[in-house]
Amino acid sequence: MSEPPDTAQAGLLARHLKSALAGPFDFAVPAGGCAVISGPSGSGKSLFLRMIADLDPNTGEVRLNGTERQSMGGPAWRQMVPYVPAEAGWWLDDVAAHFAPDKRDAARQLAADFGLVEGQFDAPVARLSTGERQRLAVIRALVLDAPALLLDEPTSALDQDAAGRVEAALKARLQKGCVIVMVSHDAGQAARLRADHYLMVERKLARAAHTGVGK
Amino acid sequence: MNAISLSPTDLAIAASLIAFDALLSVLLKLNLHRQVLWAAARMVVQLIAIGYLLRLVFALHNPAATVAVVLAMAMVAAREIAVRPERRFKGADGLILSSSGVAIATFATVALALLTALRPHPWYEARYAISLAGIVLGSVLNSGSLALDNLLTSVTRERPSIEAQLGLGASFHDATRTLVRQAIRRGIMPTVNQMSAAGVITLPGIMTGQILAGLDPLEAVKYQILLMFLLAGASGLSAAIIAYLALGRLTDDRQRLRLDRLR
Repeated sequence: MSEPPDTAQAGLLARHLKSALAGPFDFAVPAGGCAVISGPSGSGKSLFLRMIADLDPNTGEVRLNGTERQSMGGPAWRQMVPYVPAEAGWWLDDVAAHFAPDKRDAARQLAADFGLVEGQFDAPVARLSTGERQRLAVIRALVLDAPALLLDEPTSALDQDAAGRVEAALKARLQKGCVIVMVSHDAGQAARLRADHYLMVERKLARAAHTGVGK
Repeated sequence: MNAISLSPTDLAIAASLIAFDALLSVLLKLNLHRQVLWAAARMVVQLIAIGYLLRLVFALHNPAATVAVVLAMAMVAAREIAVRPERRFKGADGLILSSSGVAIATFATVALALLTALRPHPWYEARYAISLAGIVLGSVLNSGSLALDNLLTSVTRERPSIEAQLGLGASFHDATRTLVRQAIRRGIMPTVNQMSAAGVITLPGIMTGQILAGLDPLEAVKYQILLMFLLAGASGLSAAIIAYLALGRLTDDRQRLRLDRLR
């Protein structure tokens, strides 16, 4: 393990992150930085994101821009580091109902940016394609304007054009200082987002050989 | 009251209907005759045993004996509620929460009836306390077990949508609100149906029993109305208490969804 990083630094920092299933992980992403994690199915990539989001029981220190997660309740922490699972669930009939009324305009705009056909935002969830659902699930997290985002395969069901649109929005967030940790099987994605590339193999995290320059 | 006393011969004649069922099963190859005979035999033995037990306890006039009988019945109900759902809590959690729900719902409604409506002397007189507790427990068992089963099933099934909400920073309470509501509704529904059907579609068993035993129909009706109210209150309490206690065990201090506590 490397030297313990400075706890007051900006960005996302995890130390001795450990659960019954995975870890320990030590991990840091600077503010405005992106980390892309690849690896075989079942290697623990989703578990890792869920541990940072504190959705599974785990121990260890996680800080965002210096603030420790234990200093606040679980929901408050997850508002700062929203997590979008690979197959995000929907809990109401209509897409628009999943957004707080004051976030709907922003969400509608993002839906258009992401290339969704007009009207789909006001459609029942059941009428959407997998790719449309995936983009809208990312939008649910984007409209929170959180200082960090945990995205599990956010573009896996998208064609190149749609994936590019999502990546453009993510780049804009990175420029504003947002931290993004993302699981992706798309080898080019880490490079396009100028991300640090990690490999998860058998629940161990390692920097990939062709690590990008970061930001 | 001028109840017509039944003689063993009377019951034996009625038992020929069971023999008829068994015969039917043999003739039509329903393969049910063993079960029918066994269930009928069990029913007779169980009821005779409880009859003697009640006669004994009534004669004792001992509060401790009354409490012991009610506790034993309540524990059986609590156990049934805890083990019936397909998804169950690991360890003793399910039993602890079902016991709490059964105890509170039963005690609150039975005490209310004994202290206000019936007012026997003393108020814990076995004849009233045990009979009331028995019928209330039936309702508590039914609604508690429906609510618990419904909640555990729906939370398991809706895991993706609950975790999608938690992942965006929703509180556990917000993420499961509609599921709890459904579970409690499911628990109370049979009592509502029972009340709306009473007297029109069905003659409730208690009332029929009392009328057969010689009580004036209007007196019997008054008892039935009192009981229906008690049952409605008890099933609401039981469903709500058990659903909320179960919900509390499905999360933790970080407001995660803890399905790992189920098996």
